[in-house]
Amino acid sequence: MTLPLLAMVQDAQPTIVPADTAWMLTSTALVLLMTPALAFFYGGLVRSKNSLNTMMMSFVALGAVGVTWALVAYSEAFAEGNGFLGSFQNAFLNGVGVEPKGTIPHVLFMAFQGTFAIITAALISGAIVERMRFGPYVAFLCIWTIVVYGPVAHWVWGGGWLGKLGTLDFAGGTVVHINAGISALVAASVLGARKDYARQAILPHNVPFTLLGAGLLWFGWFGFNGGSALAANGSAALAFVNTFLAPMATLMVWVGLDSFRTGHATAVGGATGIVVGLVAITPAAGFVSPLGALTLGAIAAFPSYFAIVLRSRTRLDDSLDVFAGHGIGGLTGALLTGVFALKAWGGTDGLLGGNPSQLGIQAIAAFASMAYAGIMTFVILKLLALVAPLRVATPLEGLGLDVTQHGEEAYSSGEGSILVLPEVEVPAPAPKLTPQPVAR
Amino acid sequence: MKLIIAIIRPDRLNNVLEALYHAEVRGLTVSRVMGHGGETERVENYRGTTVKLGLQEKVRLEIGVSDSFVDITTRAILGSARSGEVGDGKVFVLDVEQVHRIRTGERDEAAVTPAVPEPV
Repeated sequence: MTLPLLAMVQDAQPTIVPADTAWMLTSTALVLLMTPALAFFYGGLVRSKNSLNTMMMSFVALGAVGVTWALVAYSEAFAEGNGFLGSFQNAFLNGVGVEPKGTIPHVLFMAFQGTFAIITAALISGAIVERMRFGPYVAFLCIWTIVVYGPVAHWVWGGGWLGKLGTLDFAGGTVVHINAGISALVAASVLGARKDYARQAILPHNVPFTLLGAGLLWFGWFGFNGGSALAANGSAALAFVNTFLAPMATLMVWVGLDSFRTGHATAVGGATGIVVGLVAITPAAGFVSPLGALTLGAIAAFPSYFAIVLRSRTRLDDSLDVFAGHGIGGLTGALLTGVFALKAWGGTDGLLGGNPSQLGIQAIAAFASMAYAGIMTFVILKLLALVAPLRVATPLEGLGLDVTQHGEEAYSSGEGSILVLPEVEVPAPAPKLTPQPVAR
Repeated sequence: MKLIIAIIRPDRLNNVLEALYHAEVRGLTVSRVMGHGGETERVENYRGTTVKLGLQEKVRLEIGVSDSFVDITTRAILGSARSGEVGDGKVFVLDVEQVHRIRTGERDEAAVTPAVPEPV
């Protein structure tokens, strides 16, 4: 068995390697699980009257972004094109079959990358929960995937200008986290704060959900980072182990900071610390030593922790701290990749390897994608607002988005409800309040 | 003394508590209740089953006050609980025969006068 396999690997012609294919099939499923995990992470952090809406904001990305990816965005990101945009030769999955792409089937590569697009778009929802109308949100997801995610993925991974510049982004610190983080920040400020924000306490309704979500995210992240080697090899193992180590260090530092500042090691803090650690190691996963990953994870706790503390004192209602967690965490990770990356471990030498210019390249990539994603998110939302109001009317916000957007409740006792039989005329749906555009 | 019972919308509770605080009304009991005030019934769907929700979630406040505080309290509630839609709720004012404060054994007017916590 081994001999023919070795022969295949050594063959210069691109061939499909079964081991790589098996690992990438697994990884794709692992990364897809991260979006439902995110739904639990976010869903636990909101009030019960908005919990279904918040979870659906993640779940709907599986459909909306997934379809957009297959039809247009995959080609835009990964088909051969110029430095800024791929061509449309793979649009509608044209020419995406079981032929090799690297050492795995092309169609599997497309699906693996698709799971990244889905979670990236879903991440943004955390900044705009408890107030955005569901229809415009779904439209935003689709447009954002085409206008922002596709091009930025092409710049870094699809043969675009940032990749050619030598940017190190193993699994998406720039493409996924900085991209989603800055878009979330812009979306939160375009939509404005929730009506109760800074007026009354808005507490998480189910912290165990948040812990469950953080745990499942970590599990899925082994596919996210380990799979980004696109093979079952040493690089995948390194990325896997770094994904194992870095969040451990972040968790301990985060819990320490929490205890020091508030006297308690909070569960929400622990869950957040894990996610920040995962975000930070993402760009570095296959380029740094395991000890480097521990150090990187420990350092990464500080900027995000204090960004959350500062944000809660402002009027900016980035409700679930997507910018502090993913934007700042991603930026920290991207820059520290330029510090800790080592040639011996599979990367280009960074600052500690005696190559300070790598840090500059990392900064260029981070700030270029921040500027692009920020501006485009602003434009998309402003244009959408011309067609339909983005926010629910204030009284409906009071009633909760589960009832008004989905006609369901997360925790319904069912007491006092009347079964409407099919032959009986269905009463007109309440409430009839029309949403009003918010002047901002 | 009077007992004031108010049935209000859950999402107005914070407003009402704030208004009562500013009106210096202290001491109340809050409970979550189900009720119906003539508002349009909400329709929900669960996997093909359509359900009409006859009862809505409401919040019930009970406040025991001395006679001079009745107007102040009702005005505070009326001003803060109103949204203008059907289903805003009701305020009931009831006569009370006796009130006892359990801790001190005080009766009636003395028992509904807010206690000033002793400095620790």
